[in-house]
Amino acid sequence: MKPQAFAYHAPRGLNEAIALLARLDNAKLLAGGQSLVAMMNFRVVAPDAIVDLNGVAGLDGIAVGGERLRIGAMTRQRDIEVSPLIARHAPLFAAALAHVGHRQTRNRGTIGGSLAHADPAAELPAICAVHDAVVELAGPRGTRRVEARDFCTDFMTTAAAPEEIVTAIEMALPPRGHGFGFAEFARRHGDFALAGAAALVVLGAGGMVDRAAVVLFGVAHAPLRLAQAEEALRGRALTRAGILAAAAAARAITPIGDMHASADFRRHLVEVLLARALRDAALRIGVDVGGGA
Amino acid sequence: MSEHAVTLTVNGVAHARTIEGRVNLADFLRHTLGLTGTHVGCEHGVCGACTVLVDGRSVRACLMFAVQADGRAVTTVEGLAAADGGLDPLQAAFREHHGLQCGFCTPGMLMTLTEFLRENKTPSAAQVREAIGGNLCRCTGYAGIIAAALAAARRIAADGA
Repeated sequence: MKPQAFAYHAPRGLNEAIALLARLDNAKLLAGGQSLVAMMNFRVVAPDAIVDLNGVAGLDGIAVGGERLRIGAMTRQRDIEVSPLIARHAPLFAAALAHVGHRQTRNRGTIGGSLAHADPAAELPAICAVHDAVVELAGPRGTRRVEARDFCTDFMTTAAAPEEIVTAIEMALPPRGHGFGFAEFARRHGDFALAGAAALVVLGAGGMVDRAAVVLFGVAHAPLRLAQAEEALRGRALTRAGILAAAAAARAITPIGDMHASADFRRHLVEVLLARALRDAALRIGVDVGGGA
Repeated sequence: MSEHAVTLTVNGVAHARTIEGRVNLADFLRHTLGLTGTHVGCEHGVCGACTVLVDGRSVRACLMFAVQADGRAVTTVEGLAAADGGLDPLQAAFREHHGLQCGFCTPGMLMTLTEFLRENKTPSAAQVREAIGGNLCRCTGYAGIIAAALAAARRIAADGA
């Protein structure tokens, strides 16, 4: 189908975009458009005005400085996927992005758009949450920052106010040599995941886990940090039994059930996927806990 | 309704038109410019039939408004063959290796693989499968398409050597 008619606005600067968003009724921001335009084509969404961020200067780019990583909201997913800076400092982003849609959608889709859209099955909000990233927002009253783990508040709902724009994500650089793992289950590669898990692991003295961060997605209305699994890993060596015990923490969650997968199936999936993500994270820091996890 | 002046190049030819904001790039190419090589399948970014290059990068033309292509260089399947009609190496390989049957997905496959082969001079079959993961074909079973892509890569490398 074709979208309902709308007024198209292409601001060149951030302040102009914020002013338009505040002034226009029933306006939507257009970032990469890989979800929004599809929804407009179906007339699931019918905005009266589109504020296109693609011409706004200064919203894209990947930068490392002062031990922090900053990714501009309009940075294309494909540019993050192939970025040498990401490969060096935060490779979990690239591992996850291989599962985000397809090459053509990643060429247009942006990280800020993915966060603002907040699909429960989306990979990038989960990857931001597991990195303890913050989401930077700009609005009529200035800028503010929200923890990525608190940014998605409900089904396709975020902490951003209607007149606010996601401008960047920022995070401390994970320590060099950290382990990372990502696993998801989708009916076909590139489809929305039925469930997924990602993990970051940092080893400390004596090979004991110093830091562990674990996130599940596709199981709740927002990415879910699994504190019980993180605590189960911390202070211990990475072993097969330890990983399976940590992954078993996923049994306590109450996943969403829908026509694509029941709650029980999703609960089963995330436990298996989390174990795989943790096993891969261990392997990447030189700890082979054996297969079959 | 909002009307917008758009100036862009398609296959190297400059075009200036005034269009409604809601017209997507695929419909603009087909209906406004008459370039019907770009096919429209699902209109929600799943089938890949409408894939074109915008500034050299493959995109879904159904998920981009034509007004967003203002000032850009678009390449469609009509831009692949030489001026005399001679097929480019990828098109020739599709013909040779039975990379198409009904031809509906073919323009999208060709544009996706054009970008891919520019970035990957010596691809593996697995990489080709990954590259066309976002393009649906209901005829060939993909085997001919993958064979064609691999043959085209070898041909391009040989011609360039």
